Amino acid sequence: MRILRAIFGHGSGRIGGVIVGIYLLIAILGLLGLTPHNPITQYRIDRLHPPSAAYWMGTDLFGRDVASRLMAGIGQSFTVAFFSVAFAALAGTILGLAAAWLGRRWDGVVMRVMDVLLAFPAILLALLIVTVAGPGTWTSVIAIGIVYTPIFTRVVRGPALSLKAREFVDAARTFGSSSSYIVTRHLLLNLVAPLTVQVTLALAWALLTEAGLSFLGLGTQPPAASLGLMLSDSRNLMETAPWLMIFPGLTIMISILGFNLLGDALRDILDPRMRRAPA
Amino acid sequence: MTPLLSVHDLRVGFGRNPQANEVVRGVSFDLADGETLAIVGESGSGKSVTALSINRLIDFGGGRITGGAMTLKRADGSLVDLMTATEAQLTGIRGAEIGMIFQEPMTSLNPVLTIGSQIEESFRLHRGLTGRQAIAAAKDALDRVRIPDAARRLKYTPNQLSGGMLQRVMIAIALACNPRLLIADEPTTALDVTVQAQIMALLAELKRETGMSVIFITHDIGLVAGIADRVMVMQNGQAVEQGELNQILDRPQHPYTQHLLHAVPHFANGSNARVDGQRDKGAAEEPALEVNGLVVRFPLKSNFFSRATGAVHAVDGVDFDLMPGETLAIVGESGSGKSTTAKAVLGLVRSTRGSFSVGTRKTAAGHSAKPVQMVFQNPYASLNPRLTIESILAEPVIATGGRVNAETLARMASLLERVGLPRNSLERYPHEFSGGQRQRLCIARALMLNPSVVVLDEAVSALDVSVQAKVLELLVDLQREFGLAYLFISHDMAVVERIAHRIAVIYAGQIVEIGDAASVLSKPRHSYTKKLISAVPTIERRREHFELDTRQVPSLVRPRGFEPAPARWETFGGDHLARVEG
Repeated sequence: MRILRAIFGHGSGRIGGVIVGIYLLIAILGLLGLTPHNPITQYRIDRLHPPSAAYWMGTDLFGRDVASRLMAGIGQSFTVAFFSVAFAALAGTILGLAAAWLGRRWDGVVMRVMDVLLAFPAILLALLIVTVAGPGTWTSVIAIGIVYTPIFTRVVRGPALSLKAREFVDAARTFGSSSSYIVTRHLLLNLVAPLTVQVTLALAWALLTEAGLSFLGLGTQPPAASLGLMLSDSRNLMETAPWLMIFPGLTIMISILGFNLLGDALRDILDPRMRRAPA
Repeated sequence: MTPLLSVHDLRVGFGRNPQANEVVRGVSFDLADGETLAIVGESGSGKSVTALSINRLIDFGGGRITGGAMTLKRADGSLVDLMTATEAQLTGIRGAEIGMIFQEPMTSLNPVLTIGSQIEESFRLHRGLTGRQAIAAAKDALDRVRIPDAARRLKYTPNQLSGGMLQRVMIAIALACNPRLLIADEPTTALDVTVQAQIMALLAELKRETGMSVIFITHDIGLVAGIADRVMVMQNGQAVEQGELNQILDRPQHPYTQHLLHAVPHFANGSNARVDGQRDKGAAEEPALEVNGLVVRFPLKSNFFSRATGAVHAVDGVDFDLMPGETLAIVGESGSGKSTTAKAVLGLVRSTRGSFSVGTRKTAAGHSAKPVQMVFQNPYASLNPRLTIESILAEPVIATGGRVNAETLARMASLLERVGLPRNSLERYPHEFSGGQRQRLCIARALMLNPSVVVLDEAVSALDVSVQAKVLELLVDLQREFGLAYLFISHDMAVVERIAHRIAVIYAGQIVEIGDAASVLSKPRHSYTKKLISAVPTIERRREHFELDTRQVPSLVRPRGFEPAPARWETFGGDHLARVEG
């Protein structure tokens, strides 16, 4: 609650929060099937119909309602983004904490593997994984998750190393606190702020990567809707039916703007140096 | 005659609304040529902000001067209004007219440049010297601050020099252009006492040579006595009292000055040592802690695959015992191995050799699973900022397999009350407490498990003097009440005198002198103990001159397989022992 109030007190946080909120609402409606039309029903008579009262954002080559497909697509893309970021955050946090806490050889092995993963461009690595595992929603979740794991590992390991050397960790050792207690209470709890910021920003990247994979035909498979897939379909009709490209494009752009604004705001709010200590 | 610097009703604020957030609220003083003004105050009193306002460095620190007047007389006799001076003018004044040295010499120098090039920079900027001339000038500057072998040292980078040497380099840079005003902001706080004495002696000598004025900022009123002509005492952004040195120290008018002078630990060569709880010679009581032949070495490896080529001998054969209800102070300078000894006793670092035995005697409150507990130096770093006080106090109980139940909560409440904290502290977070209160929390946490031995690692060093005095009183009371044995690690002789029954002086990883406090402090036998004691600044030792000593602490790095020669001890009555030198 305090965080929500702080976000709305922050200039870019307010805009980012509203954008992300609206998208979440649309995503839920899209996933529940509460769209103006069925997103996969083909209204053959109304093929490539420009935006109108019946079809708010027009129809595509097969006569499917773009607005409904967009809602379903947002639902689909957000699902992939959320699950893949959850995967990356969880795996990255565990690996980062393990590397920092166990140190020595573990640190070396984990971080070198992460360096190798980081060396590939995100979309290339995701492509590689999907090509090996076969296309589909859940393979893209795993692929995007793996791609963003090294970033979380790095975000966690650095601060965890410095927290590990703090006196309260030494103090905990003198009482004989268990490693798991120290790692969760003293390290993880102090990492909540950087992790929250990283999650918000990673959501934006994951959204973009999912769109990229689908655009290349390796993510969401037709006839299901996804933002990248819709863009891909619009490619050859750019001149005859520009709405097919404009709406999904704008959707992706605004959602990423929203997540980035929210991430920036969270970084400011959760940074203890920006926080005024209560008297 | 116009003063060198005249400050009138200076006001400085911070934040978005500087008028509302004033940290300095109307400070006025005049500084004559060649005069030394000491600004004394506790943390947060605005003393550093006042100093930083004079050369307008405060503009870069987020502060804003909201009112007042500051006039500096320049070398050519013209007057500059420091309030309205342009940044270009100020750049000419900083360094050339006003030099400054900071508290932390390790971080004030750029680690990747040689000290020579950092000194030359000042000559390049203000005197336009280049090449050979600049190098020669830099060498002269180092000679001036009495750094031996200056020509070679110019090529050193900061990590190759000790803290005291680096502070001398900082002084050399600050004095490079013969400024007529030197601002020294806590220049010795981060340094050891013996090094502090040398830096103070150096400053006094340089002042005599050059006739510059000095503004000396310190929290330690004991240090003021040796250097200042006039003293200004600050509290909450205001100068509560200013006047001649002797007048302030002997006849303080303001209650806060009196309080400060009363709170500052007076070192009295052992005559203030504790007389309660002396060792009972006849009784063969079991010691609370016994340490035999403790050795801690850290192997040095040049890389991952090679064998260790040598080792840092951090602790090299330390023996002592500690009786219940007794305080043993371990005194030494940084790098002497005193903290490593403590950490080894607690198992935080692995000891290479040696044994401990912890007494099995029941304490007043029952037997404990973890009989040795510790209180750390920095109360800001030793409490997890994200946990409530309740979780913090519960941790030792959970760690030893206990549960947080009504009994635990009752114990928390009673301990909080015992250390003097409000009852409603439990659901609050560490940042809501002041430094002194946090240290009380750490003490309460250490006592949660009914320890018989508490290791206090510089436990009061980070606190302001008045808070320090109260925490020391609390520690003594707790010791009497619970029969605690303290291992009190400190570099501050005056504090040690207040709390210790026995003192062990540690130098280069070895105990060089051990005995009861009064005897060690009043009749030190080992040359190092004598040196330590003579370096303690006190109000009584006014304008005493220290001789410069440029000896460095010996390196603790030894080749593989090195063993120190066994110690030979000489007794001086009772249990006062000193290592035979030679």
